[in-house]
Amino acid sequence: MLVEIGHFALVLALSMSFVQGTLPIIGAHYNKQSWMALARPTALLQLMLILISFVALTIAFLGSDFSLKIVVNNSHTLKPLLYKISGVWGNHEGSMLLWVLILAIYGGAIATWGKNLRPALRARVLSIQGLLGFGFMLFILFTSNPFDRISPAPINGQDLNPLLQDPGLAFHPPLLYLGYVGLSTTFSFAVAALIEGKVDPVWARWVRPWALVAWGFLTSGIVLGSWWAYYELGWGGWWFWDPVENASFMPWLAATALLHSAIVLEKRDTLKSWTVFLAIIAFALSILGTFIVRSGVITSVHAFASDPGRGVFILALLVITIGTAFVLFGWRAPLLKGSNLFQPISREGGLLINNFLLTVASASILLGTLYPLFIDVLELGKISVGAPYFNAVFVPLMTPMILIMGLAPFMTWKRADILVGMSKLKIAGILSILVFIGVWFIKDKATVLASFGIGVSAWLFLATLSELKNRINLFGIPFKESINKLLRQPRGSWGMTLAHSGLAIAVAGMTASSAWKVESIQNMNTGNSINVAGYEFKLEDVRQVRGPNYLATRGIFAVSKHNSNKIIMKPEKRIYAVSQQPTTEAAIEPTLLGDLYIVIGDKNKDGSYITRIYFNPLVPWMWFGAILMVLGSIVSLTDRRYRIGAPSSRKMLRQSTSDPVESINT
Amino acid sequence: MKPKNKRLSLIVATMTALAASVALILVAFEDNVVFFYSPSDLLKKRPGPTQKLRIGGLVKKDSIKREPGVTEVSFEVTDLNNSVPVVFNGILPDLFREEQGVVAEGRYREQLFYATQILAKHDEQYMPPEVAESLKKSGKWKGPVELEK
Repeated sequence: MLVEIGHFALVLALSMSFVQGTLPIIGAHYNKQSWMALARPTALLQLMLILISFVALTIAFLGSDFSLKIVVNNSHTLKPLLYKISGVWGNHEGSMLLWVLILAIYGGAIATWGKNLRPALRARVLSIQGLLGFGFMLFILFTSNPFDRISPAPINGQDLNPLLQDPGLAFHPPLLYLGYVGLSTTFSFAVAALIEGKVDPVWARWVRPWALVAWGFLTSGIVLGSWWAYYELGWGGWWFWDPVENASFMPWLAATALLHSAIVLEKRDTLKSWTVFLAIIAFALSILGTFIVRSGVITSVHAFASDPGRGVFILALLVITIGTAFVLFGWRAPLLKGSNLFQPISREGGLLINNFLLTVASASILLGTLYPLFIDVLELGKISVGAPYFNAVFVPLMTPMILIMGLAPFMTWKRADILVGMSKLKIAGILSILVFIGVWFIKDKATVLASFGIGVSAWLFLATLSELKNRINLFGIPFKESINKLLRQPRGSWGMTLAHSGLAIAVAGMTASSAWKVESIQNMNTGNSINVAGYEFKLEDVRQVRGPNYLATRGIFAVSKHNSNKIIMKPEKRIYAVSQQPTTEAAIEPTLLGDLYIVIGDKNKDGSYITRIYFNPLVPWMWFGAILMVLGSIVSLTDRRYRIGAPSSRKMLRQSTSDPVESINT
Repeated sequence: MKPKNKRLSLIVATMTALAASVALILVAFEDNVVFFYSPSDLLKKRPGPTQKLRIGGLVKKDSIKREPGVTEVSFEVTDLNNSVPVVFNGILPDLFREEQGVVAEGRYREQLFYATQILAKHDEQYMPPEVAESLKKSGKWKGPVELEK
């Protein structure tokens, strides 16, 4: 019964989204107030209906209702509660339902907090959200209905893929989707603005919080996925430049560019069509990501079984959505002229270079990801483009970007003197060169590039701190006044400081863990010990352990450095009872300078075990840096100027921007 | 500088940057495109010993061998017409099994494929498209359902 209610609610939501997608936008065109007024109630109703549908599916999973096909395929009565819930989106059909739920949540959020939006703009934005929902709900109902029944109902299910039975991956899809789908809001705003032919700083101030929300979620989703790959796959790596990973990274790069160009638009009323273009591109890349993950057209190390028919449907949605947006863009963009000019050397210039590099990087990843597909379609053979390509392109593009990231906040709007900025960064510059040489000296001389990478990250970190110091005029005025200034910094600037220094710390982690990883593979018997990276790893015992729905071979390692305190580490190899699928559970011990990482493998005929031991330098820095970046987006969001309904508080804004020091990078 | 010259120099700078990026991408591409071979292709075309490539097929039944005391594992990848011996040093992906699809990346030297990476699957139902292709080419494709067994 409940399942039927869920199914029916979804069909109702589809029709609701059609009303939401048509009447308000037509009403906005003919200036019919009553039609435009439909936007908000329909958006909220649609959200409610999809929520009912989603809850119904969740209850079916919780109660192990095996008359539902996806419950049979992805659940089991023995499965722990958390994974019964995450099983809802641990499969194609359920994850698409989550997709439209989140789309409706964003629509509902705009409807709820968008009271201060111009009614016509609000009607158009919500209509476009409604049309997106309509397309994706059609997709669900026609190709991937989560409410499909199976008859006769089996007694038990086939269990969720054991790799997905993990806390990291339970939350990875919702966060990632909140990011992907969050970019639908900026897309809707962009398309609505194109229809109106009007883009102004007020529009930008509206778009920025949504871009920030999407960016924050996307960042956490990507990092959580990367963390999962790091500890669950047992390869000791955290990023493989795999198509599925690239699919989430491309929209992230575009969203990062969007976030920054919207600043220029808000502050300087220029880069209008570029910002609109980025908003379209960012969402296009999100849908493309969904296509890549869901269609299985590209071989991926993270591939799941998939159905090509669905891929075609998503591709059609992509072409229609983005094609229409681009036609509109080509037609209306010439209307969007910026009112302010700027010199190449200025903060606008710096942000534009950052945008250029991010976009080129995104395009190069797109090329590398899709090229094998083109070659295949043209029947020129099967190829793959591996990590070396992406590293060879990405690193040289990002290095100048990070160098400029340090400098740009010191430049003034419109026209800047580069020498003034440089002179304020003298100490940061000298220190980071010292770091570069120092690391090069300590480490192997062969890794000069990696040492340079550490130097670059030190530069960004120190430059970001110098910018904060400069902003509060530390040592220039009495210390107490500086502290007062520090406390009065707008949240937006704190956001920048946190995000930029977070990136600096993460870059150090990425560089070090790629360049100086120590790896050792060997056979070990109980009692054997081995030295890796100055630590002694002793295999004390191997036990068989029983989990709730799996059996595990657990190695007990005692790890010590120079006879200091022993740490016990317990890597596992699990066999899940239902699917008989094995998984690896690496044991990880984070230290300040890196992770100790142990994987236990198969048992040999002579009773020994293959073990793989890594020392992964500075990996914890990477996670810490990423947390700072997400924190930065949260802090920025609490900036009073974005308090939703910002346009009404323009007076406040004008006051705060009148102080040039305070306005920096907010 | 006159505004006109300034604009010109800006355009030149942008174009140079763009050209540099394109050059960077092309050079990286040239070096890093990895071709895929089925075992039959590999025996026919015989790529050079330094060329990085991928092979794919099924892990041949009873071909997985581990010598005591070494971590190296050897097995054969087959498209059911021809097979290629592979050696790999490391821990195999969890879903690596006999008679299952596999994709290996590495180099082919003296009749032996030295794998540097074995691609993992996350899902038992999944068959890499290349492997399906290999089997179709050798005429042994029976559809995904039967291959699971």
